[in-house]
Amino acid sequence: MPAWRGPSDVAVSSVLAIEALRFGWPGAASPCIDIERLDVVAGETVFLHGPSGCGKSTLLSLMAGVLVADAGRVALLGHDWAALSGAARDRCRVAHVGYIFQQFNLLPYLSVLDNVLLPCRFSPRRRAQASQEGSPLTQAEALLDGMGLEPSLWRRPAMKLSVGQQQRVAAARALIGRPELVIADEPTSALDEAHRDAFLDVLLDACAAHRSALVFVSHDRRLAARFQRELRLPAINRAALTIEAGYPA
Amino acid sequence: MSALFAIAWRSAWNRRFTLVLTVLSIALSAVLLLGVERIRTQLRDSFSSAVSGTDLIVGARTGSTQLLLYAVFRIGAATNNMSWRSVQALSAHEGVDWVVPLSLGDSHRGFAVLATTPDYFAHFHYGDRQPLTLREGKPFDALFDAVLGAEVAERLGYRVGQRITLAHGTGELTVAEHADKPFTVVGILARTGTPIDRTVHIGLQAMEAIHLDWRGGAPMPGLRVPAAELGGVDLTPKSVTAALVGLKNRAAVFGVQRWVSTYTGEPLMAVLPGVALDELWGVIGVGENALLAMSALVALVSLAGLVAVVLAGLDQRRRELAVLRAAGAGLRHVMALLAIEGALVTLAGVLLGAAMAALGIALLAPWLQARFGLTLTLSAPTANEGLLVVSLLVAGWLASLLPALRAYRLSLADGLSPRL
Repeated sequence: MPAWRGPSDVAVSSVLAIEALRFGWPGAASPCIDIERLDVVAGETVFLHGPSGCGKSTLLSLMAGVLVADAGRVALLGHDWAALSGAARDRCRVAHVGYIFQQFNLLPYLSVLDNVLLPCRFSPRRRAQASQEGSPLTQAEALLDGMGLEPSLWRRPAMKLSVGQQQRVAAARALIGRPELVIADEPTSALDEAHRDAFLDVLLDACAAHRSALVFVSHDRRLAARFQRELRLPAINRAALTIEAGYPA
Repeated sequence: MSALFAIAWRSAWNRRFTLVLTVLSIALSAVLLLGVERIRTQLRDSFSSAVSGTDLIVGARTGSTQLLLYAVFRIGAATNNMSWRSVQALSAHEGVDWVVPLSLGDSHRGFAVLATTPDYFAHFHYGDRQPLTLREGKPFDALFDAVLGAEVAERLGYRVGQRITLAHGTGELTVAEHADKPFTVVGILARTGTPIDRTVHIGLQAMEAIHLDWRGGAPMPGLRVPAAELGGVDLTPKSVTAALVGLKNRAAVFGVQRWVSTYTGEPLMAVLPGVALDELWGVIGVGENALLAMSALVALVSLAGLVAVVLAGLDQRRRELAVLRAAGAGLRHVMALLAIEGALVTLAGVLLGAAMAALGIALLAPWLQARFGLTLTLSAPTANEGLLVVSLLVAGWLASLLPALRAYRLSLADGLSPRL
């Protein structure tokens, strides 16, 4: 995919650019996402919050190219998702985006290391980037180490780990091969306070070390101070305003 | 792709208990299909090998299938006999090489008794022109000598020297016994896989002798001819059930057949064994095809079961598929994963089934031989069996694409965050 090399070389460049984005679920009367402009630059950490149902997950899906905008533009590294075919979006997503869920991020039957290495198996680019520090395996081990996971855990099946440990493995997987963008969809909601802070520490450190931009979604506004930028989705989503007006909280 | 294979394998191993059931159900349908096919072909083989080297079977006029059934397979009974004079006339025909008369009607503990001449052991052939061979002993010589088929000896535990009595009529339950004239087993034939194995052979004169004092199917009161007084009695039979005929020149077969059917002494008919066997198989073939159709249906049902199991499991795998997608697997990877799994499960099932079928044949062959006289041999798969295996594999794999298609649609709808 030569088309994807150029823009990422620019020192401070736009990783994600959203312009005049409108998206509505099929059959819905009004759009659920209507954003005039949103930019995320390389290495930037963005905290995105808002009440349930304000379209956070939908926006993340649009950012990751799982959903495609009805109108406007969502561009990753300067390329509009809508211009790509389904298979090309799949390839592009794995090459440039790491993704972390709320929980159950791992394949229970694979070892911790194999889970972390998954993106390298599917993407030549992630594999190549991970090999810059030796091999994908050494980078995976370095990431796990950085996440504070004991080497004794690395070869265990992922299902043997605690929820907090699993989220760290998921973070390591999202970061392997230096994707330009990491999207985290409420990754701390299943963690208690101590684990949540520790997880945030290692995630932010790793993103900084890899110069990966991070879009982090959470209900918990107490976390916002840790990020460079805080965004309240209803504030930028014009569609959410009408929803909030229509449905009293 | 090898990474995908590894993931498919690990994922399948993680759900091995459900998958083992699926593999077993495919294996069972493979066993059924292969077993029915093997029994079918070997039944046909053993059927067509029941008689060989005989050019004509001659008997009183009846249906050709019926004549074949009682003369060769000992099934049913003749409605009429042919007279000894006719047998002699047939033997005198210039084209005829040998005539072996057959007389049926008695039994020993459910096994048919065949009265014939010692020529029978020289002229009767089965299978691919194989002659009858004695496993032990000798052909009958004295009047009350008997030669047993392999299965008779085996089932009843008889050895050479055993004394047996024959019963009048056929069937397990016989009321009238020829108890006054016991026979001695002098020989036991090697196994042939034909009705010969289930036959007790005696001489024609002996058959005449045990019926000397009988009239109309019952012993005549007051008329008793003890075995010791048979010396001077003429034991030439008055009639026989049928006769096997060998010709000097096979090309003359239709000429002799015509001579028999126009014989003026009594109404007779002659059938070519091969033609009559084909006719008979035409009748049996219907049941055979029904059997095959049924096992095809069973295979279809178990494939439907495979689809159902995989589809049902798919909902529980939505999370797994979404995780794979989030970790970078494309839609094509998700589909390939399910297609690989389907192929592996089908392959395992069919291979297991083939192995089970082979094992089953090896283990059940002696029992089938003893119980039903059906000879099953373990041999390399035939072209037909190969075709069955391949079509089962293809059908199973195609069936597994259905869940793959659904997985594709689920993944498309779920995106990266499954709604559970």
